[in-house]
Amino acid sequence: MKSLNFIFTLLIIASVFFYSGCGNGSENGTGGAMSYSNAAEKVYVAPGEYDEYYAFFSGGFSGQVTVHGLPSGRLLKTIPVFSVDGEKGYGFNEETKPMLMTTFGFVPWDDSHHPKLSLTKGEHDGNFLFINGNNTPRIARIDLTTFETTEIIQIPNTAGLHGSPYPTENTEYLLAATRFSVPTPQKDVPIDSYKENFKGTFTFISGGQEPGEMDIAFQILVPGYDYDKANSGKGPSHGWAFFTSYNVEQANTLKEKNASQYDKDYIAAVNWKKAEEYIAQGKFHEWPSEYYHNYYDEKTHMATATKKKGVKVLIPSECPGLVYYLPAPKSPHGVDVNPTGEYIVANGKLSADLTVHSFAKMIAAIEAEKFDDVIDGIPVLNFDAILAGVVESGGLGPLHTEFDGRGNGYTSFFISSEVVKWSLETYEVIDRHPAYYSIGHLSIPGGGTMKPWEDGKYLIALNKITKDRYLPTGPELAHSAQLFDISGEKMELLLDFPTMGEPHYVEGILASKIIDRQVKFYLLEENEHPHRTLIEADTKVIRKGNEVHIYGTLIRSHIAPDNIEGIKVGDKVFWHITNLEQDWDVPHGFAIMGANNAELLIMPGQTETLLWEPKTEGIYPFYCTDFCSALHQEMQGYVRVSARNANTKMKWRLDEEVFGE
Amino acid sequence: MRSLPKILIILGSVLLLGTFLSPIWRITLEAPQYPGGITMYIWINKISGNQPGTLQNINILNHYIGMKMIEPESIPELKYFPKVIIGLAMLGIVFGFINNKKLFLVWGMIIIILGILGIYDFYLWEYDYGHNLADDAAIKIPGQTYQPPLFGSKMLLNFNAISYPYYGSIFIGLSLALSFAAFFLKRKEDNSKI
Repeated sequence: MKSLNFIFTLLIIASVFFYSGCGNGSENGTGGAMSYSNAAEKVYVAPGEYDEYYAFFSGGFSGQVTVHGLPSGRLLKTIPVFSVDGEKGYGFNEETKPMLMTTFGFVPWDDSHHPKLSLTKGEHDGNFLFINGNNTPRIARIDLTTFETTEIIQIPNTAGLHGSPYPTENTEYLLAATRFSVPTPQKDVPIDSYKENFKGTFTFISGGQEPGEMDIAFQILVPGYDYDKANSGKGPSHGWAFFTSYNVEQANTLKEKNASQYDKDYIAAVNWKKAEEYIAQGKFHEWPSEYYHNYYDEKTHMATATKKKGVKVLIPSECPGLVYYLPAPKSPHGVDVNPTGEYIVANGKLSADLTVHSFAKMIAAIEAEKFDDVIDGIPVLNFDAILAGVVESGGLGPLHTEFDGRGNGYTSFFISSEVVKWSLETYEVIDRHPAYYSIGHLSIPGGGTMKPWEDGKYLIALNKITKDRYLPTGPELAHSAQLFDISGEKMELLLDFPTMGEPHYVEGILASKIIDRQVKFYLLEENEHPHRTLIEADTKVIRKGNEVHIYGTLIRSHIAPDNIEGIKVGDKVFWHITNLEQDWDVPHGFAIMGANNAELLIMPGQTETLLWEPKTEGIYPFYCTDFCSALHQEMQGYVRVSARNANTKMKWRLDEEVFGE
Repeated sequence: MRSLPKILIILGSVLLLGTFLSPIWRITLEAPQYPGGITMYIWINKISGNQPGTLQNINILNHYIGMKMIEPESIPELKYFPKVIIGLAMLGIVFGFINNKKLFLVWGMIIIILGILGIYDFYLWEYDYGHNLADDAAIKIPGQTYQPPLFGSKMLLNFNAISYPYYGSIFIGLSLALSFAAFFLKRKEDNSKI
């Protein structure tokens, strides 16, 4: 009987919750278009008109970044970052293969997570986009003049790079935290020696504003927890970085239960200005850790991978005042600092309430030494001494909060599948809106910066579950993003649109901050590729043992040379192809039958190289893959492959002219 | 102002050098897939475009119909026109100092004659490019020629070609106007002396 009563009570609670949920959503329904009188108008971008914002979506397990326009949600470009991309030849052509080098060798895939735009004075400056690869820890830079990945740095002593890249106020540093604690440095130990051997690290990466200069400034060795998300302080809290942790239980198996036992986990607050002092004083350990730094030079159109060795490691017990733990309920995911830099919001993903800590109180508690505990030299601050307020949300599973610059926070609730708007002044809930379904992160253009309102009147919800939102496409469905208008008191759902992979975060920026700096094509006279061919007359074929280098050019509508003889089975043939066009939007593609890699997609003024190893004799056609002109179909050629021991003379031609050995 | 005609003719001579500061003619090709058009500028001494690659882009389009490449190096006028302009300016200055109304008129007439010859020469080049097409061109349309207009616009296949004088020509016009003004002022002056 007792249990039956309990079930009835649950049912009643559930039904009340359900009805209240419906009540809130009734005017918005489940997103039927009829309920939105002017939503269509708000997201309509007329043919030929531009969107107001660029939005950079993490491609999640695709490893890439997608660029959409807002408010239309239209896909503008997929930028290959951590995964090879046959469409663009990224990771397949000789120029970009080095981008994906790591100490584990060539790693052609990753799980891209958090796109973050570079900051100057706490505002988006439109210079660069950074994104972290979670699986094989790396951070990439995307240049916003070309929308290409130009730099990737591997993060050593890290396993699972999740809390990253979160630039500091002027992009002095990018942040990185290990998601999975592991033996640091790595060694062969029993897994159940976790508590004894496993450690975490926080990494500070310098050079964010200097292309080609990204480097590991220093690392901090911290207790072996799971570290989840991070954020940088701003304004008064500039100079501090915050990292959430879970699994302070230090479980190494069945973490879903064993890492969820304690009511509170920690936010680690790191005083990185103090870290700089300790580094200057030489209080660091030099570890012989190895990592790769890969840089794509836009003049040589070529990437180089450089193996580096040695990082500076700070140990908190030797560096007082470097790290503090702020208690936060329960297994917090996001840690978010409001635009004024005073409030630190902990989103305890297994709790109902949001915890808001005060930076000023945190400093006061540190000065008054209100410590409840000290773990490995890291003082744990008293929860009540630093608490600014609690948002009793009525939801469940807060993940991530952003701000509108008008004193409101917007928090995603995964379990109760909703966005909750609340006041930073009163900590009261102002509005809530269901998200379809199970929202992960949310984003307001500029909502993580010091000036959100200058950039943002929209909120984008990134949902983890799609189900019935679109025409079904078999078992696998695109993830669903939703656009909300947040300019009024009530949030208004405007648009659903599908995204690539699983977008973990998106960052939006006013198009006007980027649009004027777009490169339209590369100037041929600035091409410094070692295998460039700047005029058709210089095209040639050179044999060096069993290596053959073909120096070719593309221009509407022919490939030079287009008849090549003298290639032999077993040759390694390098096609160094230059696109001679000097106009916007005239890329040429290049593909050859049976190539074991991909096509080249060469922008005007650029040189790219395809390695081709023909295995059988015969005639092989090659052609332009990107419809370029009225005679695109005619833009093709033949290469003759002879037997290894054949004495076919090396010969190449274009139209009347024949050249050869 | 007894020296006014002299000043005007010298001013006109200096203004003639303005043709080095701005193109004298502009030809724009318009088609839907070329937003903003492709614009070629003809200077007294060079050919340029609205983009670094304009001339190449025009040549790419032209080669489909078998038109000759436009190569500024192989157009002799671009080499001797600047010399003609400089010579004309120097002559004007000399005439100014001689301060003779007949010479002012002569200078103006030389500008007119050279101007007409220049435009005729330009027309001949356009005629040659437009009619003298390669036999093995990819696109051949019987009866179709591709001579752009001297003034105004004309559809050439999918392109609307628009051709007009550009700012540099204004300098020539001003020089001409000043030469006549100088002539009439000087004549008036000479008459009133009698």
